[in-house]
Amino acid sequence: MNFDFSDEQKQMRDEARKFLAEKCPPKAVREVLDGKAPYDKALWRGLAEMGFLGVAIPEEFGGAGAGHLELCVIAEEMGRANAPVPFSSTVYLAAEALLLAGSDAQKQKWLPKIASGEAIGTLALFEGKGNPSPKAIRLQATGGTLNGVKKPVPDGAIADFAVVAACTGSTGRDSDISLFLVDLKAGGVEAKSLTNVDPTRGQAELTFKNARAEPLGAAGDGWSILTQVLDRAAVLLAFEQVGGSDRALEMGRDYALDRIAFGRPIGSFQAVKHILADMYVSATLARSNCYYGAWALSTNASELPEAAAAARISATQAFQHCSKNNIQVHGGMGFTWEFDCHMYYRRANASALTLGSLSYWEDQLIDRMRKKNAA
Amino acid sequence: MNFDDTPQEAAFRAEAKAWISANAPKQYEEELRKSSLGRTVLKDANILEVAKAWQKKKADAGWACLHWPKEYGGRGSSPIERVIWQQEEGPFGKLSGMFIIGHGMCGPTMMAFAGEEQKRKYLPPLASGEKVWCQLFSEPAGGSDVAGLRTRAEKKGDDWIINGQKIWTSGAHYSDYGILLTRTDPTVPKHKGLTMFFLDMKSPGVEVRPIKQASGQSDFNEVYFTDVKIPDSQRLGAVNDGWNVSLTTLMNERMSIGAGVSTGFPELFDFCNSLMLEDGPAIEDRSVRSRLANYAVKASGLRYTSMRAISALSKGERPGPENSIGKLVAGSMVQEVAMYALDLQGAAGVLSGPEDAEVAGKFQAMLLRAPGTRVEGGTDEIMRNIIAERVLGLPGDIRVDKDVPFNKIPTKGRA
Ligand SMILES: Cc1cc2nc3c(=O)[nH]c(=O)nc-3n(C[C@H](O)[C@H](O)[C@H](O)COP(=O)(O)OP(=O)(O)OC[C@H]3O[C@@H](n4cnc5c(N)ncnc54)[C@H](O)[C@@H]3O)c2cc1C
Repeated sequence: MNFDFSDEQKQMRDEARKFLAEKCPPKAVREVLDGKAPYDKALWRGLAEMGFLGVAIPEEFGGAGAGHLELCVIAEEMGRANAPVPFSSTVYLAAEALLLAGSDAQKQKWLPKIASGEAIGTLALFEGKGNPSPKAIRLQATGGTLNGVKKPVPDGAIADFAVVAACTGSTGRDSDISLFLVDLKAGGVEAKSLTNVDPTRGQAELTFKNARAEPLGAAGDGWSILTQVLDRAAVLLAFEQVGGSDRALEMGRDYALDRIAFGRPIGSFQAVKHILADMYVSATLARSNCYYGAWALSTNASELPEAAAAARISATQAFQHCSKNNIQVHGGMGFTWEFDCHMYYRRANASALTLGSLSYWEDQLIDRMRKKNAA
Repeated sequence: MNFDDTPQEAAFRAEAKAWISANAPKQYEEELRKSSLGRTVLKDANILEVAKAWQKKKADAGWACLHWPKEYGGRGSSPIERVIWQQEEGPFGKLSGMFIIGHGMCGPTMMAFAGEEQKRKYLPPLASGEKVWCQLFSEPAGGSDVAGLRTRAEKKGDDWIINGQKIWTSGAHYSDYGILLTRTDPTVPKHKGLTMFFLDMKSPGVEVRPIKQASGQSDFNEVYFTDVKIPDSQRLGAVNDGWNVSLTTLMNERMSIGAGVSTGFPELFDFCNSLMLEDGPAIEDRSVRSRLANYAVKASGLRYTSMRAISALSKGERPGPENSIGKLVAGSMVQEVAMYALDLQGAAGVLSGPEDAEVAGKFQAMLLRAPGTRVEGGTDEIMRNIIAERVLGLPGDIRVDKDVPFNKIPTKGRA
């Protein structure tokens, strides 16, 4: 047993951390937060040059072919830096869907463009309120064209293509759902940016009017592919959330050491110490659950569905817990626009919802544990 | 990142499995499997005797205290082999309860501070369960503040004379030996005047009085010392350096307690799987599922945290203060789990008898034992202090008594 990343993977993490510290300081995040740009284009190009966008994409499709453990390592650093780029939608969702279900031609067309930073992708799943469910998918697919509205679609306004979940029947069963690949620049799709709690990751409404679409995977397989894509993305996003948790904890700790009140650093007050200790506890539990998820993801183990749900829940809780208490430790300063605390608070609460809410994943976890138990 | 056994580990696992299957006291397997925190009792047998017999059998075949050196009764195993053993030992491992303090805390302290001859004499029978050890640290005046203890040791010739009182001493009533922290100099600040010994619990002047616990059971005791004589050769570490010696014990305590605290989750999951509520099976209720999921990720988080610690250990890294997390999280979780399991039972949750209560009163027993778990081996608050100060590097608490001679420290909170 070796329940840790390898030295090479840790080296890659250090490299990514250094790169992001330089290219993605809070100032760069703020450019996007303040609405001056939809995402950080220079950073996106830099990530491509470093090979980070194609870390888990096989070499034959233009990637680095390293693997998913390496991608987990990068994901954590992206979360730590709060990087304002469409990484999760392109790499965890679109690329994973292509890898899982794409035809050779589809992979050849899009994966090299993802790896090189030329194409931004996303997954168009939700249609308003609610959690992932075949019943909630109304967007209609008929004869190679799509009609309907998707929202919120992460990074939908800047994406070049989307994997779209559509309905090909009328019963709301799993087998009514199919996936399609849509070139968003080819006409037939209108994108509208939506305001959201975390402007460093855009959300959009996509309206499909007879948009041309090609099937991704077999007809009727959509729901089963989606479930797998969501599980894989759940592990990857959980690493981002752990990275964010750690950074929030670090910020709180540093502030507690510097800020003096009543003649002492506030970090010497037990009430403050205990807040920080509890932040450490939740971040640590989440990290450990994530490691298990990483193992399951990288080996495609049968434990993946359960491991993914556990990583997702634990990391969502940890990031929300750490980011909100980071503000508390900072006092009034923490509630200013000027301090960076709210960027993590925003990201934590946005990430908590992007792949289905916490209660959705709680439900999934128990379902999966129950199935395993019964087997 | 992998969970596979190496060929060597697989061979060790196979050997352990075969031996356990041929030798374990199978007649108690079911009862042990069903036991949980607060309820490890055997209906028709004395658990201490069963535990001692199992431990002895293990020791004779070279399976006791696996990570200890062979010459002290162990096997010289790697940390991973120890984990593999625990996995294979399964419910029979619950029989080791009465040896935890001896094996987890007293043994390592002896190993670090006793003389070679003493180690060879005392450690093998400790490993084999023939002799049981206890830890005599806490006192009415010194629990969290261990160094606030008042039991005196005074040098007389080659001996030390002990007077005073310990409290909350687990297992003192069936222990053969104990490690004892005493005050040898009250005129210096509290941490600088302590000295550690080990002693024979049957020594004249030692009196053990069981305390009835809040749970109704009696696992811990008061221990009184009246002119008890301990030879200087049984001193552990230098005179007045007892604080440093005790830090070795306490660090080991957190390691061995932290790894072993149950969370109650597997029990709760099974319970919810079988329980019928008015509207159907509990496990299909949304709010139940949400609570369960929350506990599930804490339990798995702890499990994988300890796997990470074991991986680090096997690479030669030392266990650090981050291990305090296990007891802190599991301690309050087991309490919450018990409360929730009772809540699910509605009015009948109040019943606790093995015949009258759901699942034989398992969760009621857990509820009544849980408060102790959050106190023993360092309270939640002390665990948080450790994490904040030693892991996160925050300033230490202000200690008003730090530089004050011990005999000048006030002894009452309210005048
Ligand atoms: C089941 C059980 C078994 C035990 N077995 C043994 C044993 O075998 N041998 C042995 O030596 N001892 C044993 N103990 C004693 C145990 O180690 C102490 O009870 C424990 O360390 C707490 O000390 P105390 O009881 O004096 O509580 P106190 O120290 O009086 O604590 C009272 C409250 O004050 C809080 N507090 C104290 N100091 C601080 C601080 N600095 N910051 C914040 N809060 C603080 C505590 O968290 C607690 O909430 C056992 C206890 C139990 C419950």
